[in-house]
Amino acid sequence: MLFGIAWDTSSNWTFAVSILPILLRGLWVTVQATVLGFFIALVLGLVWAALKMVPLKIVSWPAAVITEFIRDTPLLVQLFFLYYVLPEYGIIFPAFLTGALALGIQYSAYTAEVYRAGLQAIARGQHEAARALNLKSVRTFTHIILPQAVPRIVPAMGNYLVSIMKDVPILSVVTVLEMLNVAQIIGDRTFNYLVPLSMVGGIYLIMTLVASAGVRFVDRALPKRGIPLK
Amino acid sequence: MMHWTEYFGPLMQGAWVTVQLTVYSTILGAIFAFAAGIGKSAHTLVLRTISIVYIEVFRGTSLLVQLFWLYFALPLVGMAIGIDLRLPPVVAGVLALSLNIGAYGAEVVRGALAAVSKDQYEAARALNFTPRKTLWRIALPQAIPEMMPPFGNLAVQNLKDTALVSLISLSDLAFRAEQLRNFTQDSTTIYTMVLFMYFGLALVLTLMMKLLERYVGRWRAGAR
Repeated sequence: MLFGIAWDTSSNWTFAVSILPILLRGLWVTVQATVLGFFIALVLGLVWAALKMVPLKIVSWPAAVITEFIRDTPLLVQLFFLYYVLPEYGIIFPAFLTGALALGIQYSAYTAEVYRAGLQAIARGQHEAARALNLKSVRTFTHIILPQAVPRIVPAMGNYLVSIMKDVPILSVVTVLEMLNVAQIIGDRTFNYLVPLSMVGGIYLIMTLVASAGVRFVDRALPKRGIPLK
Repeated sequence: MMHWTEYFGPLMQGAWVTVQLTVYSTILGAIFAFAAGIGKSAHTLVLRTISIVYIEVFRGTSLLVQLFWLYFALPLVGMAIGIDLRLPPVVAGVLALSLNIGAYGAEVVRGALAAVSKDQYEAARALNFTPRKTLWRIALPQAIPEMMPPFGNLAVQNLKDTALVSLISLSDLAFRAEQLRNFTQDSTTIYTMVLFMYFGLALVLTLMMKLLERYVGRWRAGAR
């Protein structure tokens, strides 16, 4: 019994049906961690991208080194680092928040590249044309660059959203009760790991196939020449 | 109380396990990548289907789920069909890592094969090359240099992923860190050291992949 829901071990099928609602509880936590982690990655990634595009080397260079460092070290170790080190400095977060923060930090290094690539891919001619039309630089950014960058950025971000979802099980090591952890607990108590772990695999597969189809749909639906922001 | 320099001994032992895991699973992963990437580009429907299912399953599920499935669930499948499928942690770890990275690599291989110009395939056909000879002599030598930059990223990804095997009790760098922390409670020093060690390993790996990239660059059409 978990979350007040009992399981029925009389056969593999009844067992699977009886633990589905328990796994879905775990899935809900997985989804929450994904969304929060993604949100942090989007915001922090924008900060990194902005710092990296500052023309001053003293600003852009440390930002480049830090993001490279984040990208080259394992999420699991970063997670342990946050989980054990933050409390030593008096910052005590619940495990879920620490986990989402670790996900967000790890993926911010990737989203930063997406922002930068998306913004820098806009042809020079566009900047020059905006200048020739006497547009101010703020207006150039919001009305010329951004609308064209969005269709390049959004699909790539969608792929990272899927990646984050697949990395959420790592949070189980700091006691977050996401779907894999829930399956593991069911396995520990019933000695049947096969059914819950296979179900988690199946649910993940469905989620990622649906999400990837969604990303492809958005990619096709976004007008390639840019979206008007007004 | 241990001095921080004393941490190096056990951490280096762990780093060595991490290096070995990375090397084995990257090589095995490359084999899976080529097999499934070529399979997905094949004309035979069966080969294509098998490759697509493999790629989608391993890219579509979480690595940790795959690792736990191989380690905890596979023995139960074995019990049901009467074969001993209990894998030692190192085998389960290398297998999960390489199957996972192989599925990502397969898409790279497929993409690079598709990017070889159509003229090349037509010329090979005009010269009466068998499909196998076309693949080995024409397509792959030109496609492999194009695969190298994404392969470099995947190798680093794989190095990072090896940290997960510490969760099935393999004593890699992440495992040693946790062990030391339990013993000394000196989290900040240990985890800072470990992060920098992974970073150093990643830099070395990136350098090696760059050297390999330069080496296979000679196969590019027109390069002499």
